[in-house]
Amino acid sequence: MAEPLITLESLRYEAGERTLIHDVSLRLDAGRRTVVLGPNGAGKSVLMRLMHGLIEPTAGRIVWNGGGARPPQAMVFQRPVMLRRSVLDNVSYALYLAGVPAAERRARAEAVLERVGLSPLAHRPARVLSGGEQQRVALARAWALRPRVLFLDEPTASLDPGASAEVERLIRVIADDGCSIVMVTHHLGQARRLADDIVFVDAGRITEHTPVADFFAAPRSEQAGHYLRGELSWT
Amino acid sequence: MDLIRRSFIAGAAAAALALAAPFATAADRFITVSSTTSTEQSGLFKHLLPVFQARTGIEVRVVALGTGQALDMARRGDADVVFVHDKAAEEKFIAEGFGVKRQEVMYNDFILVGPKSDPAKVAGGKDITEALKAVQTAQAPFVSRGDKSGTHAAELRLWKAAGIDLDAVKGAWYRDTGSGMGPALNTAASMNAYILADRGTWLSFKNRADLTVVVEGDKRLFNQYGVILVNPEKHPHVKKADGQAFIDWVVSAEGQKAIADYKIDGQQLFFPNAAK
Amino acid sequence: MSTITESFLTAGQLIAEADGKLLSIVGLSLQVSLTAVFLAACLGLPIGAAVAVGRFPGRKPLTVILNGMMGLPPVVIGLLVYLLLSRAGPLGPLGLLFTPTAMVIAQVVLITPIIAALSRQIVADAWRDYEEQLRSLGASTPRAALTLLVDTRFSLSTAVLAGLGRAVAEVGAVMIVGGNIDGVTRVMTTSIALETSKGDLPLALALGFILISIVLILNALAHALREWAARRHG
Repeated sequence: MAEPLITLESLRYEAGERTLIHDVSLRLDAGRRTVVLGPNGAGKSVLMRLMHGLIEPTAGRIVWNGGGARPPQAMVFQRPVMLRRSVLDNVSYALYLAGVPAAERRARAEAVLERVGLSPLAHRPARVLSGGEQQRVALARAWALRPRVLFLDEPTASLDPGASAEVERLIRVIADDGCSIVMVTHHLGQARRLADDIVFVDAGRITEHTPVADFFAAPRSEQAGHYLRGELSWT
Repeated sequence: MDLIRRSFIAGAAAAALALAAPFATAADRFITVSSTTSTEQSGLFKHLLPVFQARTGIEVRVVALGTGQALDMARRGDADVVFVHDKAAEEKFIAEGFGVKRQEVMYNDFILVGPKSDPAKVAGGKDITEALKAVQTAQAPFVSRGDKSGTHAAELRLWKAAGIDLDAVKGAWYRDTGSGMGPALNTAASMNAYILADRGTWLSFKNRADLTVVVEGDKRLFNQYGVILVNPEKHPHVKKADGQAFIDWVVSAEGQKAIADYKIDGQQLFFPNAAK
Repeated sequence: MSTITESFLTAGQLIAEADGKLLSIVGLSLQVSLTAVFLAACLGLPIGAAVAVGRFPGRKPLTVILNGMMGLPPVVIGLLVYLLLSRAGPLGPLGLLFTPTAMVIAQVVLITPIIAALSRQIVADAWRDYEEQLRSLGASTPRAALTLLVDTRFSLSTAVLAGLGRAVAEVGAVMIVGGNIDGVTRVMTTSIALETSKGDLPLALALGFILISIVLILNALAHALREWAARRHG
């Protein structure tokens, strides 16, 4: 049986009067690429932020590795946040925060930029790069941390098809490096290409968690079926 | 991280520079004199102090305020010597124990300044109380310092001498400005108002517009200046020796001559009258 | 000839002559205000960033107080500092009254809230964009505040310049704590006030033109520096 990466036990999240996540339980296995699908406002991003620890659950708990320490992890957002400094310094900054000794930072940052093909841009100011280039820097910055799990929140939503393809390629490279992937997307084609498993969220509840082929062939939950028919009718 | 470190180094360097840059200090040996706007703005000190400094090596730092404020500043111990012109207030200052001894230095005189059109018909008069009565009767605009200065105190004494109860007759014609001699003259110039001024400030005042001297020469317009050393028993940090040196010099033959020598357009502003 | 034309000519003449006295007054103005701005920035920027990023009780009232303190009347600050530094006041023994140092203190009190309030706004706006990313990377709150200060440095320069403008142009506070002593604490603004008192309006206005020119030149330099840096760093 596969190693558990993260287990959510009756996770609940309330914001003011509204309950955004209703007692969700979920287990994701290590080494899988999981795509979270669902309609707008279903709670996908909230769920991912809970897992990453950006927000605290109102109730329930999160267990890592079946009871171990929280593994190194990183998150890439829809709009990359670039600090006003060079590409290399953006990556080094993340390493600094992660406690990497000063002597190693530069070499590690240069190595990761090399692997994502951004070496020529290493000394350019990150803010003046194109959206696609910035998102690749964000991925490099995340990868430099050697995460066990990488969270991605609609990483290609603001990008053109060429840049999206490059980002997808990098996500696959990072996954093949042994990193688990949890990604929110609205792009069904992308989900089909990247996912091993699909988690479907609707109105703050998980309605199904199935392998990607099964999901697209015959979604188990009514909400997912409805969503798929709706989305596909537009494509 | 280099960037933050670089910013820090630049900041620290700037800090060191800013703090290390010493403020240009003219002399280590100085006294602080609280005095009146009339002596400062008439240019008397500019004429007097370099002579004194050349003679003794003591720099005199003058803070020019109204007489009332100048005495208050000395009461708090922020001056070594006061050089003002309100005998009654000065004597009170001594009586309270803040001053050592009052010595008379010089006098000039107050003048009544007013518009050339002279709506109160007082021009050329020699009796200041008659002139003030006429101004009040005509309800002609009058600007008062209203700042507890020596000139303000003199003005209030003169109204009283004229038998006018200001509080009872004050109206739109009487403008209480709460300002120094210069600003009050600026106000009078723009309003074509009458104003009691000291001759020194008037002679050096440039923005006269239509104003001119209308009444002068009444002996009640006499304006006596006194100098007092702040009592070191009240304020131990007072620079007793240097302060006394300044007082001794202004009442000496040399100091008195220097005061007499100060002229604007050939006109003498202050008349030395220190007790021999 | 109107007073204003005359003032322009006087100003030109004063600048052309570069009179030693004028230069020392201008020099003292700049020295006092630049020192004050530097110290106020050292205090105001961290305060602004801390209020923007920190999560502590009383943060909202503090924001309101900071914003309100931007409008503190210089005369009131002058009086306050005067009473503190007066021989009869708590800091009297230092003998700082009527010195340039006293003027620096008054200006620091005057402009620290300005720099803090403006930088709080700038850093808070940036924090909205950066918060999730910085927290995802594991930045502590103080570290995040420092990172934001560095990252918004071009915008923050405007806040610092606003403080400098206020410091150089201020007269009420420095008049009271400096005493406008000739050759010791006489700066541009107190000279202007003095010449106005003496009724020499053309000279006063001429000095005013020179003061405005200096402020404009400082701002132009800062703007050019900022543009150059922004082009380099994006």
